[in-house]
Amino acid sequence: MTGAELILAGLATPLAGALGIALNHRAPNHREGVTLVTAAALFLCVFALLPEVLAGGRPEISMFEVLPGLALAFRIEPLGMLFALVASGLWIVNSLYSIGYMRANNEAHQTRFYVCFALALFSAVGIAFAANVFTLFVFYELLTLITYPLVTHHGGDKARNGGRVYLGLLVGTSVLFLLPALIFTWHLAGTTDFTPGGILAGKLEGFALAGLLALYMFGIGKAALMPFHRWLPAAMVAPTPVSALLHAVAVVKAGVFSVVKVVVYVFGLDALAGGTDWLVGVAGFTILAASVVALNADNLKRRLAYSTVSQLSYVVLAAALLAPLSVIGAALHIAAHALGKITLFFAAGAIYTAAHKTEVSQLDGIGRRMPWTMGAFAIGALSVIGLPPAAGFVSKWYMLSGAMAASHWLAVAVIAASTLLNAGYFLPILWRAFFRPARAEDKHHPHGEAPLPMVIALSLTAAGTVALFFCPDVPLALARGMLGDLP
Amino acid sequence: MSLASHLPALQVVLPLVAAPLAVLVRHTGAAFLLVTLASWAAFAIAVLLWQQIGSHGTISYALGSWAPPLGIEYRVDRLSAFVLVLVAGIAAVVLPYSRRSIEAEIPREQHYLFYAMFALCLTGLLGIAITGDAFNIFVFLEIASLSTYVLIALGRDRRALMASYQYLIMGTIGATFIVIGVGLLYLKTGTLNLVDMSVRLQEMSNHRPVLAALGFLTVGISLKLALFPLHQWLPNAYAYAPSVVSAFLAATATKVSVYVLLRFYFSVFGESLVFHRLPLPEIMLALSLAAMFAASAIAIFQDDLKRLFAYSSVAQIGYITLGLSFDSVSGLTATVVHLFNHGITKAALFLLIGCAVTVVGGSSLSRLAGLGKVMPLTAFGIVLGGLSLIGVPGTAGFVSKWYLVLAALEKGHWWLALAIVASSLLAVAYVWRFVEIAYFRAPPAGLPVRREAPLSLLVPAWLLIAATIYFGLDTSVTVGSAAGAAAELLGMAK
Repeated sequence: MTGAELILAGLATPLAGALGIALNHRAPNHREGVTLVTAAALFLCVFALLPEVLAGGRPEISMFEVLPGLALAFRIEPLGMLFALVASGLWIVNSLYSIGYMRANNEAHQTRFYVCFALALFSAVGIAFAANVFTLFVFYELLTLITYPLVTHHGGDKARNGGRVYLGLLVGTSVLFLLPALIFTWHLAGTTDFTPGGILAGKLEGFALAGLLALYMFGIGKAALMPFHRWLPAAMVAPTPVSALLHAVAVVKAGVFSVVKVVVYVFGLDALAGGTDWLVGVAGFTILAASVVALNADNLKRRLAYSTVSQLSYVVLAAALLAPLSVIGAALHIAAHALGKITLFFAAGAIYTAAHKTEVSQLDGIGRRMPWTMGAFAIGALSVIGLPPAAGFVSKWYMLSGAMAASHWLAVAVIAASTLLNAGYFLPILWRAFFRPARAEDKHHPHGEAPLPMVIALSLTAAGTVALFFCPDVPLALARGMLGDLP
Repeated sequence: MSLASHLPALQVVLPLVAAPLAVLVRHTGAAFLLVTLASWAAFAIAVLLWQQIGSHGTISYALGSWAPPLGIEYRVDRLSAFVLVLVAGIAAVVLPYSRRSIEAEIPREQHYLFYAMFALCLTGLLGIAITGDAFNIFVFLEIASLSTYVLIALGRDRRALMASYQYLIMGTIGATFIVIGVGLLYLKTGTLNLVDMSVRLQEMSNHRPVLAALGFLTVGISLKLALFPLHQWLPNAYAYAPSVVSAFLAATATKVSVYVLLRFYFSVFGESLVFHRLPLPEIMLALSLAAMFAASAIAIFQDDLKRLFAYSSVAQIGYITLGLSFDSVSGLTATVVHLFNHGITKAALFLLIGCAVTVVGGSSLSRLAGLGKVMPLTAFGIVLGGLSLIGVPGTAGFVSKWYLVLAALEKGHWWLALAIVASSLLAVAYVWRFVEIAYFRAPPAGLPVRREAPLSLLVPAWLLIAATIYFGLDTSVTVGSAAGAAAELLGMAK
């Protein structure tokens, strides 16, 4: 198949999958079979595009013009390739995990759950492949709406309130800031195509440039820059597979992916030179403040969520530094953090399923009952802290090198301090799990590992985290390719 | 002359003839068939006219072969053709729906009257859009208004009578203002033909009576189109009228009034008089903003879904008049395209509420609790329509908002662009009130576990919902027509 056909196939696969899942709603085994096959097929479609992109090709296809001159169009460049690979690859593992989790916890509305999941992946692929800001915006909004039923899956007041914050902040920021930014870009440049070197060069300067950048950065609420980060902890009312794939990978990475994309392909690194100090400051503040909140959170998923808020701002910070090395680090971190954080969420869900525990303070001695789960958790934690032998080390290395090359000592200090904070909120969990005796009341509830599909899933992502440390070639090549696009 | 050349006359005559025939047959089924066929024919004619305009330009038709300016001229240009397609199209979709819907809402012995009145209302609205004669506009406006009063009063809620009466008073005041305005213009120019009038007005734009006529017409038409704060008649009228009437009126009546305003402003007075000599754009802008924010905010606190969407209409009319106040091609494109986009969206929403009413027996939010479980298709359709009101990309509403924000940015009004998008957040709030009630609450006791409305109701409603999605993705027809009409109104057509 040609590149254009593969793009269409990649978009059509999750749509067809959603239909197949809905049609098989009476036969759960067939339904889950459809999910797994769809996920595998999507990954194959994306993977088949990789050689062409690595070789410097940029497959593209234009669907139709929604407004005169503004087409719904797709064009794959290396960064989009990386994001699509991560999202579609982890969907396979996450589907396996979902099957174990949803069945073990007797969740209701499972068909709706899997249908929305497939549609969410459709939106994520659309974002990854978008050829212009307009297409990206369309799929960005679609992703928000389609994940709303997943976030509020449990129904009831708690889910409703979480859903309000989720939708209010994500739709609010995108409509209030991102949409005007998009229309203003169109008004200025007469195009919204992602172009190497940017499309706004020479069209804006000074205050207006900073204003437009701010509209974009805060408008992409999915990147969770403070003060618009509250939707992410609110989204934790969702079942854990949703938190894992969507709120550690697809949705939040769509956010930081869009940030990097806008900085590199709309503004252009050169055009922004000197205009991003405030963004470094905001991102740095988010990194530290979110880490401090995570430090004090007892609820495991809440701690992970704030850790994500902090880690997302690494990417924003690295992009805002505008140094080639740090931008490579930003791209790598999209993949590295995805693998590490999904492992952590998988572990949290496994603990909930097997032991019905949600708080950090309840985890004394759990490592001995669930060695696989907590072993994987340890690897994920190492990656997020940024220690070898985990993928997070590589991306942090590039970001630090970039910050030093740019002589941005504030950024260096933020990364260093945050590493300490990360260790501060993860290591006590490991210490509790492995080195403290189980509490007396736990002895009456013997339990082992979570159901097998969940254990397999979290072992796979943990293995992936380590593998990415030893051979980061493909993501690195893609990240370099993104900069190779620059003139 | 061939039949094709008489299409402008047939456009109005067919529904006009259907009305007395419906009364004469006095039979529900026959009246339904007559009026529905007439509306389909009217729709076909409107589409044919729209195509002719596209290829041959403006059509001028001398009624009874009396040449204008002595005789009445029917004049079809891009704007009127577009409005004709909207009005006739909505009627063609809504009528098949009416059969089952009014069975639940109107006593059977009045059904044939409903169809007669509907045909008259359609005649009036089509007539306004097609005629090129100022007094003829007034006559058709009265035909449409009087039949509308009856249609609203047919609602089974006794408050429908009060709503109809309220609209009658307000509508009559509006019509009086309009006829005074037209009279003043006739006094000054000695003609009622719009084209003729605009030529003669060019030399007398300083004359007080002309300015007075502009003022009378602005106020009168604003009453009919429910420009904030002259909207008081609208929420009750939409809330208590039979569902099918609410749908038809929301999509067409206020839209045709906007058409009249555009016609007088741009084709008769001319933009230099309206926009540069008087502070009308500033007034329009202020009132539009007030409508967008105040009416949306009021909508959030309504306890009845029909009233909620009625206030939402007042807010959306604010978007329409806001586009007009920019006096630019983008702004007018936004106005004209939003006429259409909001028309089909609101019609779809009121039709879906009608579906819900047949099963749950009312449109108050407490009755609609758990609608997502009981009537999944109806509830999901309302959500999709709501997304179009918000202006989510992929829906028709997004297209309108795009041009509106673009028009604001072209003028360099940053704050206005932000105000436009901020007001759509209020739409999120009122749409999500429904979402939360339909999906997070349990259905009230006594309702069946799952029962959808009959297909004869669901199909027309979903046809319009599908149209709101389609016209959000493929805008060549809507934006193309609207941009053409805007350029023509501003005298920039090729």
